[in-house]
Amino acid sequence: MNSSRRKFLKSAVTLAGATIGYTWLKSSQVFLYAAEPKDESLPWYGIVIDISKCIGCGNCAKACKSENDVPVEPFFFRTWVEQYTVRNDGTVDIVSPNGGIDGFQQRVPSEDIFKSFFVPKMCNHCAKSPCIQVCPVGATYDSPEGVVLVDEKYCIGCRYCVQACPYGCRFIHPVKKVANKCTLCYHRLKKDLAPACMEVCPTGARMYGNLRDKNSDLVKFLKEHTTQVLRPNLNTGSKLYYNALSSEVK
Amino acid sequence: MKPYIPPQIPRLALAFAIFISLFILLRNFLVPDTFGQYGHYRGASLIDNAQNEIHYAGQKACFECHQDIQDLKAQDVHSDIHCETCHGPGQKHVISGEAGDIIKPSGRAFCGNCHEVNAAKQKTVVFQVDLNKHNVGKNCIECHNPHQPWEMKK
Repeated sequence: MNSSRRKFLKSAVTLAGATIGYTWLKSSQVFLYAAEPKDESLPWYGIVIDISKCIGCGNCAKACKSENDVPVEPFFFRTWVEQYTVRNDGTVDIVSPNGGIDGFQQRVPSEDIFKSFFVPKMCNHCAKSPCIQVCPVGATYDSPEGVVLVDEKYCIGCRYCVQACPYGCRFIHPVKKVANKCTLCYHRLKKDLAPACMEVCPTGARMYGNLRDKNSDLVKFLKEHTTQVLRPNLNTGSKLYYNALSSEVK
Repeated sequence: MKPYIPPQIPRLALAFAIFISLFILLRNFLVPDTFGQYGHYRGASLIDNAQNEIHYAGQKACFECHQDIQDLKAQDVHSDIHCETCHGPGQKHVISGEAGDIIKPSGRAFCGNCHEVNAAKQKTVVFQVDLNKHNVGKNCIECHNPHQPWEMKK
């Protein structure tokens, strides 16, 4: 009895030691992954949306759906367009019928309109993004290029990130049952192609570029224009800059 | 003199050691290989995301065959608009070359997506017409060449 217990304990301790040793050798994965090496040789993507140029054609939302196989139901969008109409009495009318894909019909009579404009929305690819912070399993992350991505194989579909995003840019994919969002067409960027929404924008209202490169068109635009991010008070480190943004935009 | 260690301490220590080693062992099998390669996520997921299929080929691919349209388009106001804005995703057509794999849009509603008058559109950005007044009943492309909208068809 006594000897068999000793034998058992001995083998248990040996096993434990071997395992710890093995894991230690496997590049110390026992510990936290706090360090996040940022590769300076890679671009660091930012986005500009020029509201004064948007004509609300909805091509961006349509292209995004076909490029990324986003479900066609009118409540799943990775990017969409909203129309804001400020009436003369100060009230604001905000519409986004099918994300703008079918175009817009002005429903406020023109004599009541103080001003009206379109606001395309998409993921802000925040540098300090709330959705990454709440993910309990590390299934959503900031890529070395500054693109916020979802690991579909690792996501458990808990919806924390959907709630955490202050811009409403995430949804649960109805078939895959995992979080889904704008990837800035990461697969296209890797092939030196523009994101689908920017490829099809007829007026060039959307732009993307490398924030690290001080000579890029994006940085030049930011230099020459007064841009603003959405909800700056939340300090999300948003990298989506709006030109000609009105205070009515939420 | 040997210090007195209560007998439960080594026993508990052993139990802890066993639990911790079990935890590390299980963790070793449950955590994916590339997890933590770049940060608190699966490094291989970057590759997964980059491997999605493209549907929009990009303007460059279009102009490899359609040089004539490129020249035509360059002369008029639609010069900055990429082909797939109107023609839809073209990757399938780029591979097959079949005319059936690309959209040839027409109709007043389609052009109206951009050109219908709306208070939210800036006049300097896009030319707008009231579809209820401008040549009602006619298709836009009967008079306008979409690649060269101001060269009116006779």
